[in-house]
Amino acid sequence: MSLVEVKGLTKKFGNFTALNSINMTIKEGEIYGFIGPNGAGKSTTIRILLGMLKATSGEVKIFGKDAWNDAVEIHKQIAYVPGDANLWPNLTGGEVIDIFLKMRGNGNKNKRNELIERFNLDPTKKCRAYSKGNRQKIALIAAFASEAKFYILDEPTSGLDPLMEKTFQQCVLEVKDEGKSVLLSSHILSEIEKLCEKISIIREGAIIETGTLNEMRHLTRTNLVVKSKQPLQSIENMKGIHNVVVQNGETSFQIDSEEMDAVIKYLSEYGILKLESTPPTLEDIFLRHYENSKPSVPSGGSNP
Amino acid sequence: MNTTFKGTSHLIKIITRGHRFQISAWLFGIVVVSIAVASSYQSVYQNDSDKQAFALTMQNPAMVAMLGPGYETEDYLITVGTQFAHEMLLFTVIAVAIMNILLIGSSTRTDEETGRIEVVRSLPIGRLSYLAASIIVIAIVNLLLTLVTGLGIFVLNIDGFTFESSILYGSILGSSGFVFGAITALFAQLSDTSRGTKGLTFGVLITSYLLRAVGDVGSEHLAFISPLGWTVRTGVFIDNNWWPIITLIIFSVILLVLTFYLNSIRDLDAGFLPNRIGKNHASSFIKTTFGLVYQLQKVKVIAWSIGIFTLGATFGAVMGDMEKYFTDNEFVQMILSQVGDFSITEQFLSMLIGIMSLISTIPVIMTILKLKSEENSNRTEHFYSRAVSRNSVLGSFTLLAIIESIIYLILLAFGLWMAATIMMEDSISFVTIVQSTLVHLPAMWVMIGITVFLIGNVPKGLNVIWIYYAFCYIVVYVGGMLKFPDWVMNLSIFEAIPKLPGEEVEVIAYVMLFVLSVIFLLVGFIGYNKRDIYG
Repeated sequence: MSLVEVKGLTKKFGNFTALNSINMTIKEGEIYGFIGPNGAGKSTTIRILLGMLKATSGEVKIFGKDAWNDAVEIHKQIAYVPGDANLWPNLTGGEVIDIFLKMRGNGNKNKRNELIERFNLDPTKKCRAYSKGNRQKIALIAAFASEAKFYILDEPTSGLDPLMEKTFQQCVLEVKDEGKSVLLSSHILSEIEKLCEKISIIREGAIIETGTLNEMRHLTRTNLVVKSKQPLQSIENMKGIHNVVVQNGETSFQIDSEEMDAVIKYLSEYGILKLESTPPTLEDIFLRHYENSKPSVPSGGSNP
Repeated sequence: MNTTFKGTSHLIKIITRGHRFQISAWLFGIVVVSIAVASSYQSVYQNDSDKQAFALTMQNPAMVAMLGPGYETEDYLITVGTQFAHEMLLFTVIAVAIMNILLIGSSTRTDEETGRIEVVRSLPIGRLSYLAASIIVIAIVNLLLTLVTGLGIFVLNIDGFTFESSILYGSILGSSGFVFGAITALFAQLSDTSRGTKGLTFGVLITSYLLRAVGDVGSEHLAFISPLGWTVRTGVFIDNNWWPIITLIIFSVILLVLTFYLNSIRDLDAGFLPNRIGKNHASSFIKTTFGLVYQLQKVKVIAWSIGIFTLGATFGAVMGDMEKYFTDNEFVQMILSQVGDFSITEQFLSMLIGIMSLISTIPVIMTILKLKSEENSNRTEHFYSRAVSRNSVLGSFTLLAIIESIIYLILLAFGLWMAATIMMEDSISFVTIVQSTLVHLPAMWVMIGITVFLIGNVPKGLNVIWIYYAFCYIVVYVGGMLKFPDWVMNLSIFEAIPKLPGEEVEVIAYVMLFVLSVIFLLVGFIGYNKRDIYG
């Protein structure tokens, strides 16, 4: 069953189109990665999911209810962590966590104390005295101590140290084991790679790619490093071969997935001594999409 | 090479640029009101008996407490400058002081709190440059204010407005304001938050005003402790004493030397006042929406409660003197006792209560505006990403504002009554006083309604409420004197309030005000439920 169902979501601010016909489906027990450059529309999408901004057109449903009209009802089952948790300077961390849990209505006190322990937070300090990472911990503790069905995490680990980031990842996996869903928006692609089954890439207000990491890899290039008995000849002229670099007798290049078979057959004729293949990282995929996003910028005077 | 102040001139430009709108608005407002009022005095007080009546009115203790000691009776006949200075000077100085507090607060502790000073300090810029630049900017602003106001009233070419007197009048505004700028800069070193800085300085401003009030009426040496006590002692337009100006400037310089010293020995982001360890758990009260909304404004509510109570008590305390003054003075009785069956003391009372109710409206409006500043700091998303409705959040802010309006007016009445009972032989009953304060409630609720309406429908134009408030204040304070036409006067909601004790309560006007506030509230709530929330 899908937990979140977004169809044809468009949001305009005046004349500016922030989101253009977005579709998104998140299933139960799924960790859904949401990536894109700054200003692409990630936070706007999330604020619409939370019923804070009103969609100009399109359908946004969570738990089968309308995100704008039934916001309060939906939020009883949602935990949200903003990217920059701005907290009330005169309240202590502990007080803020309690208030957040009460606002949702179903917090777990033992879980709260256990998480404070795990995230190594001093809850008796006033919020104005916390560093960014510590403020982020407060939002995370309040989220994971709540018994929500759906977690919306908007760049949740910004400012956290690597140890705490690990704790965070454990928390996400625990939540997943309980069959709950997570929407994780992040710039830390290794984190998304590790946690998410399904990923959407958003650019300039439109989703340009959705799928599992494997599916995405399929659409892109694999990195190969080859060492052969005889020198490879005119390999750069083959179909589907890119960025050839020869160094220390080794040739490295990228290869389009659909040309793999033909290229390997061709290579074997040269007597392969060493063949290393690395799948593209999410970063490779992301950068490729990002680089493709520049046609509108005039380059080198070729445009009229 | 000494680089402590390196880069100051760059920073002066940046700070001026960052505050250019506030600076222009303040300067424009203060200068225009000063000149407009000064030019109107000649037509208001045309003959000697007008002036004499004015002199007697102004010498009564309540007016002295409110506006300062003034002049000898015969001085009021020499030039209308005396009327102008007595009626306008102190309150203009308070406006200038507020300008100084807000501008300095923002370019010192606020900039530090938000991390701007940290960025500047990482550049090849001297350790004390930012502070020096803020001080220089505010000094220039005060100097401009001095010159423009001084020259402005001088060119009106009114009898008695000599060049020296006019420039002295301007200098009083500039130098008194500068003292409060310096005090703010000092507190910005002591407190580690901008809230604390501004709060403490406003505390000093109110204390100075009250000390001066008590001192001016009773023991003069008390007034000398207060900078505002010096402010009202130049005898401008008659004696033209410059010693208060020199004293104010020397005092500012001493404060600033201390400020620079403290700034040079402290760490960035640190203050000198201690921070306490807080609670691990939230009380069940602040876990409710209303409880949290109250908690966010608790300090403000308590501070204003004390301030308004003290303000009431201060005026209450001079009621005894006032009563005696009226009984002893047949002339005043002749001019003023023709209105109704109520005593002159009671008529004065209603005028004082009118002004103090307007002052009590400020914190009430601020309570509603807090919701927008919470949204601007991305803190309303904590409500709206959880199971809290917009009605319950806006409702809590509105409810708090309404409760505050009632509390403030009751405290005001209580302060007045308590002190008056002790001081007066012929005391006024608490019920009478509390009635005369509470009649202002509907007008305050309309102000709440308008603010909620703006939050819901025109969130970017929220400052309109302060413009309207300033208009209401000007109407109450100088509207009669500037001879505003009736329809202009009636645009102020406070004009619909009967002046108790004295006037009759018109039930229809009351119902209208009430309906008006409900309509504003409803439209505000509907708009707030429909609009985008940005944080």
